[in-house]
Amino acid sequence: MSGNGKDFEPRIVGFLCNWCTYSAADTAGVSRMKQPPNVDVIRVMCTGRVDPTFVLKAFVEGADGVIVSGCHPPGDCHYNNGNFKTFRRMPLVEALLAQYGVDEGRFHWGWISGAEAPKWAKLVHDFTEQVRELGPLDWKQQLESKEE
Amino acid sequence: MATLTIDGVQVTAEEGQTILDVALENGIEIPTLCSHPLLEPYGACRLCVVEIIRRGWPRIETACTYPAWDGIEVNTKAPQVMEARKVILEMMLSRTPNVPIIQDLAREYGITEPPFPAEAPDEKCILCGLCVRTCHELVKADVLNYSAQGIERRVGPPFLEKTRQCIGCGACSIMCPTGAIEIVLEQEAVYQEKPLGPTSAVWVPSLQAIPRVPVIDKDSCIHFRQQDRSEGKIDDACMACQMLCEVDAINFEQEDEIIELDVGAIIVATGFEMWDATKLSQYSYGQSPNILTGLEFERLSNSAGITGGEIVTAEGKEPERVAIIHCVGSRDHNAHEYCSRFCCMYSLKQAHLVRDKTDASVYEFYMDMRAFGSGYEEFYERVQKEEGITMVRGRGASVEVLSNGKLRVKGDDADLGELVHVDVDMVLLSTAVEAPHDSSEVASMFGLSRKPDGFFAEAHPKLRPVETNTDGVFLAGSIQGPKDVPDTVGHAGAAASMALALLDKGEVVISPQVAIVDEKLCSACKTCISLCPYTAIAFVDEDNVARINEALCKGCGTCVAACPAGAITAQHFTTEQIMAQIEGLFRVPAEVEEGVKA
Repeated sequence: MSGNGKDFEPRIVGFLCNWCTYSAADTAGVSRMKQPPNVDVIRVMCTGRVDPTFVLKAFVEGADGVIVSGCHPPGDCHYNNGNFKTFRRMPLVEALLAQYGVDEGRFHWGWISGAEAPKWAKLVHDFTEQVRELGPLDWKQQLESKEE
Repeated sequence: MATLTIDGVQVTAEEGQTILDVALENGIEIPTLCSHPLLEPYGACRLCVVEIIRRGWPRIETACTYPAWDGIEVNTKAPQVMEARKVILEMMLSRTPNVPIIQDLAREYGITEPPFPAEAPDEKCILCGLCVRTCHELVKADVLNYSAQGIERRVGPPFLEKTRQCIGCGACSIMCPTGAIEIVLEQEAVYQEKPLGPTSAVWVPSLQAIPRVPVIDKDSCIHFRQQDRSEGKIDDACMACQMLCEVDAINFEQEDEIIELDVGAIIVATGFEMWDATKLSQYSYGQSPNILTGLEFERLSNSAGITGGEIVTAEGKEPERVAIIHCVGSRDHNAHEYCSRFCCMYSLKQAHLVRDKTDASVYEFYMDMRAFGSGYEEFYERVQKEEGITMVRGRGASVEVLSNGKLRVKGDDADLGELVHVDVDMVLLSTAVEAPHDSSEVASMFGLSRKPDGFFAEAHPKLRPVETNTDGVFLAGSIQGPKDVPDTVGHAGAAASMALALLDKGEVVISPQVAIVDEKLCSACKTCISLCPYTAIAFVDEDNVARINEALCKGCGTCVAACPAGAITAQHFTTEQIMAQIEGLFRVPAEVEEGVKA
């Protein structure tokens, strides 16, 4: 993870649900909407599948930011109420990350429906800039140096 | 069963029939003004008098009240009968000298002039009481009755004053044989109610309706209005249609009901709604009855509509000039940004209808002409060239109601490069269509998603246009986006065959992406049981483990993320796979790293 200031290119992991945000991201791409290449998407069937350890794992592996995004509550969820489980779990992840000293702005969770491709493109842009501003997290290097 | 003779002809009668009933059944004419098949006989007008010979004794009686007894002999044309009717008509004509039906009857009996001086030449009421009986027996409003006696006798509401008991149904006016009752509307708002509603309380909503049966409009039906007003106390008001229907098809008890069905596929076809044109005030919709939406004009020009298909303004005149404004609420950043698609073609058709039925000049304000279907461009050419419609290329900007009632349409003509206006008698707004107002409820009921324009999302815009992301639920028609008739038929046909294909197979292929429980790891905490949205997880007491029904599981993975023992695995989305994906993002393979170094 080299560099700081404007040269710094943040690495961001996005956990997107298959039915809403993943298809929004797909549409954004197919529609050739401009968005920075910093977000790597991992598809899950439902944000209810996102185990908090996935978020931590991403930070441990070197991510500077993480996005979890699914279907709008209450009714958009393909699985009736998976998004409500996300709604309950993600604040706990936020609290946990705060205890680990991760800046508040590095973790985003929310809702983007399959129809909201421009909203996804905007989130990618805004979040990338936000994380770029915060600089590298360097969790991995810190862990490695401790192990040594 | 009784046998009697009328004018020498032997006839039979049912129990309870009157002589008048039997005579009419057998085609023997007896004049009458005060009898009606729906009402009890009253014997008020006396015109139906006949000679009845019973047990050898002749007498003059009213046929409408006299029972058809066995063995009697009836003469309807005996000289003394004709003389009696003549006297009655002489008095009637003297009371109401200017009523056509009385004049005609009097002439038949040889009376040309009223023999007595008329006290009130404008009088039309013959005091037959049909209206009183209608109001009492049928409508059950009891508004009308006789008042005073002798020559002062007359019919009206109590104290001849307006009463709130009158529901304004107009039944008395329809029943009155002499046209003595006129219904006066207090608000001059008859036409203001746009010409889309029912034309009668029993009507066929559309000629293309399937099944094509009449329905009762509860808001105008006397039976239901009386029921509502009396809060159910009067439940036998006017059942005229039921009394007259020979096949007993009318059922007042019929109500909306919720029917529960188990089905294998659902086609959602909730269609569209017309956008409310008052939202863009520049078009003055609602400020003049001569500004109509496309749908309202469609009703006006329909041969089953209120004018019988004649195209007339609210003043009842044929318009001289008609303007049609396209894209009202469509392709507009202040309303809907999308194109409503079929308005161009119906606007051209309506222009054609105006030209066909009237001599009016037609001005069409359009931005672009979207004649996209088979034969559409040819129709556009024909309307322009052969029918002489003035096409103004440019958005119709506003409609102004002038003090003389004319409508001034302003717009810009892009071909001329200047602002134009035209004063017309009628304006047709080709308003946008939009998703129905309760679409979000429908969407959450079926687990469907909607597009930014509000219409429902198909599974894939090109390859799966009728399927949705919910298995077994299909879309048909304008629910997926504005469609004209051929497109709707095509789309609906596709939806029907997709549904049939699903049912015909007899089995459902489910996704292999299901969750499974490693029973050795399951700690029987039951956390997963309540989390499953499909109740696919059951706790098996005898084995003390949770078990997942693969046919019910949809593979969302909620239970996998929640299992504290890590005993549940989501097939194809296992924790190992996702962890590996995360690692893969950040770990550059050794050979690549070496390659970079080299």
